[in-house]
Amino acid sequence: MSIASHRLFSRNDLIGFAVLAAIIFIVLPLALDTFRLNLFGKYLTYAFVALGLVLCWGAGGILSLGQGVFFGLGGYCMAMFLKLEASSPENTAIQSTPGIPDFMDWNQLSALPWWWEPFHSLTFSIVAVVVVPVFFAFIIGVAMFRRRVGGVYFAIITQAIAAIMTILIIGQQGYTGGVNGITDLRTLKGWDIRTDSAKEILYFVNGILLFACLLAAQYIRKSKLGRILIAMRDQEDRVRFSGYDVADFKIFVFCVGAAFAAIGGAMFTLQVGFMSPSFVGIVPSIEMVIYCAVGGRLSILGAVYGALLVNWAKTTFSESFPELWLFGLGALFIAVVMAFPNGLAGVYAEHVAPRIARLLRRGGVDLPATPDKTPAE
Amino acid sequence: MTINNPNFVLMVEGLTVSFDGFKAVNDLSFYVEPNECRVIIGPNGAGKTTVLDLICGRTKATAGSVNFKGQELLKMREDQIVHAGVGRKFQTPSVYEDLSVFENLEISYPKGHNVFGALTFRRDQQVKDRIAEIAETIFLQDLLEEKAAYLSHGQKQWLEIGMLLIQDPELLMLDEPVAGMSVAERKKTAALLNRIIADRSVIVIEHDMGFVADIATRVTVLHQGKTLSEGSMERVQNDPKVIEVYLGH
Repeated sequence: MSIASHRLFSRNDLIGFAVLAAIIFIVLPLALDTFRLNLFGKYLTYAFVALGLVLCWGAGGILSLGQGVFFGLGGYCMAMFLKLEASSPENTAIQSTPGIPDFMDWNQLSALPWWWEPFHSLTFSIVAVVVVPVFFAFIIGVAMFRRRVGGVYFAIITQAIAAIMTILIIGQQGYTGGVNGITDLRTLKGWDIRTDSAKEILYFVNGILLFACLLAAQYIRKSKLGRILIAMRDQEDRVRFSGYDVADFKIFVFCVGAAFAAIGGAMFTLQVGFMSPSFVGIVPSIEMVIYCAVGGRLSILGAVYGALLVNWAKTTFSESFPELWLFGLGALFIAVVMAFPNGLAGVYAEHVAPRIARLLRRGGVDLPATPDKTPAE
Repeated sequence: MTINNPNFVLMVEGLTVSFDGFKAVNDLSFYVEPNECRVIIGPNGAGKTTVLDLICGRTKATAGSVNFKGQELLKMREDQIVHAGVGRKFQTPSVYEDLSVFENLEISYPKGHNVFGALTFRRDQQVKDRIAEIAETIFLQDLLEEKAAYLSHGQKQWLEIGMLLIQDPELLMLDEPVAGMSVAERKKTAALLNRIIADRSVIVIEHDMGFVADIATRVTVLHQGKTLSEGSMERVQNDPKVIEVYLGH
């Protein structure tokens, strides 16, 4: 990275962003029918989580095995609003208590719990989608990083939190919908989210939000804070004894990762039409880490490709060999760790980019041979 | 010794740290004057590095006091101690290998040290000039864009010294700055340190007696966590106790 030109985007960054934008906004919508497009929209909601992990894990060295918690909290905040709208007294007239969500009625609740009340407001719900998970991440971050808990210990604790969260959601069936989650979501301010046109619009909204998060991540990485994260990963003590309160930076990046995951979760709820504890626990949280690892934990664009590829493979293979998919996923993870530690982005930078550059040079186009998605930049 | 003498930059008094009953540093007192270069020597396990760890907050003391310009360092967090004006270089070169020499120095530049400041930090001309100036001092002016991982061992040591210099600390603590250096690098480092200490106090841990003689104002000999001898190089070298436990063999 040169000293003089320290801009937000290098030429290669710009090309990378443009290619991804073309794929998400042009190629996929043209190539896929609404059902498949909606499926890819769902995959892309995981890209938000993987993107957050690139910042936390790839740049900052903080491995969280509990990102599903934040994905879920964001998704649940959105689902609570949609569920309340779907549970109007007219829609729920057959219940013993009309006007409350169906699962509450089944669990003999006769009034809406007080903490559900504010979710009647869309504005409140949208704010809560981000604020609730970030606040939770902040508390975890302060409790862990101020006490200098890090590395494997932090990973295990986040995993425990994911397990606890699932148990809590399932156990409090009357308040959360239990193991089924919050289902049967219909409209957003009267706009039916189940129609094809709604699904297409939501796909694009999702894509735009993803690009907003990508830009934020790019800004963070190119700022001095991004370089401090890398420095912390390599030599935490040196950063501390250079006058930085290391915990503050870890808390910040962990909160950013939580915010991204939460936005993804909310978009998941909107596009898929429900939210359940099966997206919160240990297994989905670890899968999210795999998306990031496969894409390349040092590359924000790689994270998006990783989420798309692994989920596409999951759908394709589990349609034909449902019992083999988990083995496939495990093998993929081992392959990434053993052979391609920098994931797809690493493979691209090492093998593909130089070839493209050579081809272009031969064709008379003068492009710099430096690879895109350079690790640790 | 006069207590609370305002002329001292650093006053260490009764400093003790006990690890499960073992006193690595035991009731240690010493005083550092402005512009003094104090060298701490002593056999392995004497507690030299632990003393520096205690001063910079890396290890928590069991008892005693470390007073730096009227501030009690033992009550402060590591980053607050740095901002008070104490810089510390570690024994093994600690540089950020994935970053360039320029970026290594930039992170130590004393601006934008909180989250918001780091997000909005701008690499302006003042920053670039200061980094260029420091790079020249540490002989790395032609390697600013090089990744730190590709530097030689000696160059990494210089880079870490540069990272401290850019903070302009009043008290600089160096743990074996010439360990693993070639003779030529050693000479250059001695010259560098002599230039640096002109306007600040320095505490150096070192084994190389030739190097110590080159830079020391005064020498403290540690043995089993206590001061064995203190004074000029000449005096310490001729002290029979020092010869017995350290220099003799």
